[in-house]
Amino acid sequence: MLMAISPRRKFVNALMLSLSGLCTLIVISVLFFILGYLLFHGARSLNLQFLTSLPKPSGETGGGMANAIVGSFKVLLVATSIGVPLGFLAGVYLAEYSGKTFAFLFRYVVDLLNGVPSIVIGIIAYAVVVRPMKHYSALAGGVALGIMMIPIAVRTTEEFLRSVPNSLREGSLALGATKAKTIFAVVVPAAISGLISGLMLNLARVAGETAPLLFTALGNMFWSRGWMQPIATLPVMIYNYAISPEEDLHQQAWAAGFVLLALVLAVNVTAKMIIMRGPAASRR
Amino acid sequence: MATPRQQLVKEVDLPSAREYEAPKDSSRWKLGVKNLNFYYGSFQALHNIGIDIARNKITAFIGPSGCGKSTFLRTMNRMNETVRNTRVEGEILLDGENILHMDVTSLRRRVGMVFQKSNPFPKTIFDNVAYGLRVNGVRNQSVVQEAVEKSLERAALWTEVKDQLNKPASALSGGQQQRLCIARALAVEPEVLLLDEPCSALDPIATRKIEELLFEIKSLTTIVIVTHNMQQAARLADYTGFFLMGKLLEFDDTRKIFQNPSVKETEDYVTGRFG
Repeated sequence: MLMAISPRRKFVNALMLSLSGLCTLIVISVLFFILGYLLFHGARSLNLQFLTSLPKPSGETGGGMANAIVGSFKVLLVATSIGVPLGFLAGVYLAEYSGKTFAFLFRYVVDLLNGVPSIVIGIIAYAVVVRPMKHYSALAGGVALGIMMIPIAVRTTEEFLRSVPNSLREGSLALGATKAKTIFAVVVPAAISGLISGLMLNLARVAGETAPLLFTALGNMFWSRGWMQPIATLPVMIYNYAISPEEDLHQQAWAAGFVLLALVLAVNVTAKMIIMRGPAASRR
Repeated sequence: MATPRQQLVKEVDLPSAREYEAPKDSSRWKLGVKNLNFYYGSFQALHNIGIDIARNKITAFIGPSGCGKSTFLRTMNRMNETVRNTRVEGEILLDGENILHMDVTSLRRRVGMVFQKSNPFPKTIFDNVAYGLRVNGVRNQSVVQEAVEKSLERAALWTEVKDQLNKPASALSGGQQQRLCIARALAVEPEVLLLDEPCSALDPIATRKIEELLFEIKSLTTIVIVTHNMQQAARLADYTGFFLMGKLLEFDDTRKIFQNPSVKETEDYVTGRFG
């Protein structure tokens, strides 16, 4: 027996629709609100000088964050060269070699590592790199961020390698290729667009990390010489400027926030475009 | 595992695999299979298979889905080893040498395989065909070049792709991709070529092209083909084997199998009464 839809049910239905629609709208606008807010407060400091010159000594206005922008890239380079090879090869093992039980345990361990708070990873990097070397350094910051990159590198590698159809592996093995040759000459190239975009998303994720850099990379008001010296990074610079009493530095912190966010967004969008245009997408 | 059709014939007491006499003239035979049993875990997929496969002939295996014909094909280049928890018993002799004790990569270079669904690598047409040579250590560019051209010619694909060797293989049509996979397998000059339902995803015209080229290349290599298509077996094969529920019920000249089979189940299958 069918019941007529009561006015109350109609009302609840309409209410839920508009409520969830409203929340969707708010979620979308959060990103644009953040972008707009950063731009609003940082716009006056955001100019070419900001991107190309060093910070001015305390008390003077003007100056920029060129050293922090370059510094962030340097620390990320160290982090990538530590975290990505480790995570990639472990992901290869997980996807291509490991048995089911071990894979389950390993995946669980990796997820736990992913859950370790970044400040804790910072302390570890402080203890094992900064203390023995008696130096804050780009290397120490890179180690901290590198550790943070491992879990995502493992899981994205595993996921994208698993999405490669087994028929390709069989085709390669059937020609007398070894398993290792098959993985590196056929499976990895087949997944390459996914792997690259995974790497980029991973980079974008750690680029904004501040806590582990506070007592590893420390910060620096000048160009950092080499990899063994304290180095300025955008997130730490934002932190230091934001808690300073000077209004001009506040504005620069906003501008730095905008630069950081713009870089992260650019990397994200590029990664998405690589995924969508990759061979994996065209096959489906 | 078992389809309803198979369950129907399960009641019948199947005769065990026919015993074959030892080949008198060993140069006639490329492969000899003796007492072959194969297990997926505790499930026995092949029961006591014994067969000799003739050199430079086309041997076809037919039978309903799940009868073990593909499994049998995949034991001959040990492709089943990529599946976990499998076990093989018995002997498969390639020119008298037991393949189960061979180095698996050199075995697969000698015994090539073409799969049901074409599986070109995400590389250029040229690199697809060159792959087998390169993984087997051929570095000389002119040797590779020549082998690629020769293989594509043998696979009846050269004229269609000679101007686009650097295009991705994925740009080719389904039938062309399957011929590319055949060219890729031929490039390493295998002594045996195994084909696992190579035409099942292709239209009749593409199928005919592949059948013609298989006919051409049987002078170069021994061909073993698994097919669902009985007409294909009848057209192509010199010898045909009929598998049912993991047993090789009958193996004989193709003409005999299709015109005057000696086992009732074979007759039922080839006349379309089941399967």
